[in-house]
Amino acid sequence: MTDSFQSRIDLEMTINGEAVELTVPAGRHLIDVLRHDLGLTGSHVGCEHGVCGACTILVDDSTVRGCLTLAAQLQGCEVWTIEGLTEKGVIADLQKAFVERNALQCGYCTPGMLASAKALVEAEGVPSRETIREHMSGNYCRCTGYEAIVDAIETVARQRADETGARSRAGETVAKARAGARS
Amino acid sequence: MTIRFDDPNRPNSYIGRTVPRPNAGRLVAGRGRYVDDITLPRMVHVAFVRSPHAHARIGAIETGEAETLKGVLRVFTGRDLAEVCTPWEGKLLHLEGMKTPPQHPLALDRACWVGEPVVAVVGRTRADAEAGAALVEVEFEPLPVVTDIRTALDPDTPVLHEALGDNLCFRKANEKGEVDRIFAEAHKVVEASFKTARHTGVTLEPRVILVDWNAGDGEMTAHVSNQAPHMLQLLLAGHLDIPESRVRVVCGDVGGSFGVKVHVYPDEVATAAIAKIMERPVKFTSDRMEAFIGDIHARDHEATGRIALDESGKILGFDVDDWTGIGPYSIYPRTSAVEGLQVTNLIGGPYVFDHYRCRTSVVFQNKGICAQYRAVGHPVAVAITEGLVDKAAAEMGIDPIELRRRNLIADDAYPLTTAAGLKLEGLSHHRSLDALVEAMDYEALRAEQKALREKGIHRGIGIASFIELTNPSPFMYGIGGARISAQDGCTVRMDPDGSVVALTGITEQGQGTEAIMAQIVAEAVGVSPQMVRIVTGDTRVTPFGGGTWASRGAGIGGEAALQAGRAVRGQALEVAASMLQAKAGDLDIRDGIVVDAATGEERMALSEVGRVVYFRGDTLPKGLPRELMQTRHFITSNYPYAFTNGVQASYVEVDVETGFVKLLKHWCVEDCGRIINPLLVDEQIRGGIVQGIGAALFEEICYDGEGQILNGTMADYLVPMSGEMPDMIIRHVETPTEESELGAKGAGEAGTAGAPAAVMNAINDAIRPLGGSVTHMPFTPERILRALGTITD
Repeated sequence: MTDSFQSRIDLEMTINGEAVELTVPAGRHLIDVLRHDLGLTGSHVGCEHGVCGACTILVDDSTVRGCLTLAAQLQGCEVWTIEGLTEKGVIADLQKAFVERNALQCGYCTPGMLASAKALVEAEGVPSRETIREHMSGNYCRCTGYEAIVDAIETVARQRADETGARSRAGETVAKARAGARS
Repeated sequence: MTIRFDDPNRPNSYIGRTVPRPNAGRLVAGRGRYVDDITLPRMVHVAFVRSPHAHARIGAIETGEAETLKGVLRVFTGRDLAEVCTPWEGKLLHLEGMKTPPQHPLALDRACWVGEPVVAVVGRTRADAEAGAALVEVEFEPLPVVTDIRTALDPDTPVLHEALGDNLCFRKANEKGEVDRIFAEAHKVVEASFKTARHTGVTLEPRVILVDWNAGDGEMTAHVSNQAPHMLQLLLAGHLDIPESRVRVVCGDVGGSFGVKVHVYPDEVATAAIAKIMERPVKFTSDRMEAFIGDIHARDHEATGRIALDESGKILGFDVDDWTGIGPYSIYPRTSAVEGLQVTNLIGGPYVFDHYRCRTSVVFQNKGICAQYRAVGHPVAVAITEGLVDKAAAEMGIDPIELRRRNLIADDAYPLTTAAGLKLEGLSHHRSLDALVEAMDYEALRAEQKALREKGIHRGIGIASFIELTNPSPFMYGIGGARISAQDGCTVRMDPDGSVVALTGITEQGQGTEAIMAQIVAEAVGVSPQMVRIVTGDTRVTPFGGGTWASRGAGIGGEAALQAGRAVRGQALEVAASMLQAKAGDLDIRDGIVVDAATGEERMALSEVGRVVYFRGDTLPKGLPRELMQTRHFITSNYPYAFTNGVQASYVEVDVETGFVKLLKHWCVEDCGRIINPLLVDEQIRGGIVQGIGAALFEEICYDGEGQILNGTMADYLVPMSGEMPDMIIRHVETPTEESELGAKGAGEAGTAGAPAAVMNAINDAIRPLGGSVTHMPFTPERILRALGTITD
């Protein structure tokens, strides 16, 4: 190792809304920093080669594989794990639907599943089952056979679309009333 | 008082309802506690140097460089651990003639498969341990390898374990009637060869164990991702010379198991031995590459089979020769002979016939160890049976549903013993098939298939009837001398506020054990399921039991819970009757309230019973029994196993240009006896079906002729993903077992047992008009194109 190669990196980032400063070995992966350095064990390690999706985490609103991402890449980034998403309540409906539909069995893949599903239910409209199945194909589940997961995501996407529709209809009504008042 | 299960309006009617799983809320919040999530003070990590050779003599081991690496604490060889840990042999006494050599936690003189642990390196962190392992030099002298199953017993094949004389681990023939004569004289004989690929379980959480040895207490505590904590307790105690009561095995959240985590693994025992030597907590977390070479494999079977039928399509007999390769050692303590043994039991299982022959030959080879994995032996036996039945139907021009109707055991024929010798208590093949035909609208589907065929679209319908072994008695392992418990126990305790804690010997790996046990205890005591807390997987506190495998949790653990809950109810009512000057028999407990049984009038809250028993026992008559904590154990005794039955159907489209199979839909009708939680049963079956679909289309551990694994990563070993899987329609018939009051049988194996055969038959139904058929799994595009004659080289 040459002197010019920095073996330890100083980092500042935001994890689950909390500012974190830490020094990590240059080769340390995000998933190990989260699980072992910060005690955020909700994200899991399934394959350590980027296939299974159990370590799916949100970095600056994009899903990443915690096992393929070096912590050193994340200076200034905003990281959200299942712990923070739960605390913030942003996927509470998805979590509720997973429990009600039994879209998890052993639960090991679930935090990664939820992180991947979040983007789907936040998109506009209700995705087709084929779209859901395709989108979730980066997350392996060995227990459920996937149908319950697809059902749960579809249910929440529909609920959210209905609520958005109701809000925008309500908004239209208000706008019409205002327009009517002006005329 | 018996529970009127047929009355959905009965009080406390929680059994039979979909209620949410109490542990699911914490799992979706990322608050699970899997073993790798646990960090103990002074904890160190172990990594293993594994054999890169399929068969090699172990020479000098140079550990000096590793030992001087910063962060490495100790290095152990096989000889080091042999001083504190005795070897084991995976044998069962009732499997006559079975052979297997002693196996050590780390290989001593020879490594016998790629991945066998040879040296253990302990480091402050896992990275330190792995870096140290990379510096260990082992002199390996490669030896001739045995890889092929069919030639393993040939005279010119090297003998893997010289002391055993040959490469045969076990052989068994199950024979009844006059097979040779019947097959010689039969109107129709259909023959085929079958292959089920070598699989592995691919639990999303790899195997992991964290063992601490507290020398002061003389106690070992093992946190381990495992399905059978009491079994592991006894085995660690036995091999490491510790009293059984001083070994505590804790199985918290388990990230999938499917049989992978019910065995004794050398790396896990090595971890325990090292903890005892170093007197500090040692963790081993398998990575995915290690999982592919270190976890058990299964299903590596090759078979030839024949079916004989008369003019009317009545099945006369089956004749099957099954071969399986199990790696270099029989698994401990269950043995690697059971899968082949189940094939000899299960062939032809759903049908009436008199003449039967099935032989299995279980051979050693230099590959990973094969053992029990979800639906042990069933997918193999069902594929052979149903492949032959469908082929016979096609050749005789009989509709496959019709041929099954002519041959399935009549629903009123039970109890009976099959030609293979299985004692069956009560099954529902015909009702199940009728339900399937209705659910899939069979006639309409056939019409659609025909219409599309004319447009050049090749769709196929495949049917697979099956039986499923659940609720095993000691006939499975106990009579063979294995310390694997077939009984199970439950302790139910009422706390002062009337809420209830139940401790059970069965375990939770995602099936929903905690949910169904809460439902059963809730109904038995008379409280809501939210008032029941279930404790599993800790040998220090739970009643001695077998754990969760072979679909025994609901049927055996559930009955123990029912009886223990009823006993607490009885005690609570006895106290209440004394306080109310009433007769216990006139009272009932409903939703936590003691009521008048006839009128439902509320008499007293259960919390009042709790208050008086625990804090004012002086006000009760002296000598009045008041044990609000009761334990009951249950074991099946009338039948060796509770068989269940079911039937699956698969609808596929085969692209005859590319060989790709599109799964359009899948159906399963299953009879698992009393259903405790319909949603959980459905999801067990769906998950099982997808594992079976993986077998049919994707999964195969590939080795080359030198015993090198070719696809040991998750990118290369294909497991089903959501994009390829179909929606699945699940229906039920309920034939409760009369062995227990609860009447539950198991449901965990059904999906995996039947799906491969259903998909195989559907593909063959699609391509048969083009002149091809496939029977060697997985049915990859290449194999399908070969069957179609598109690829010929």
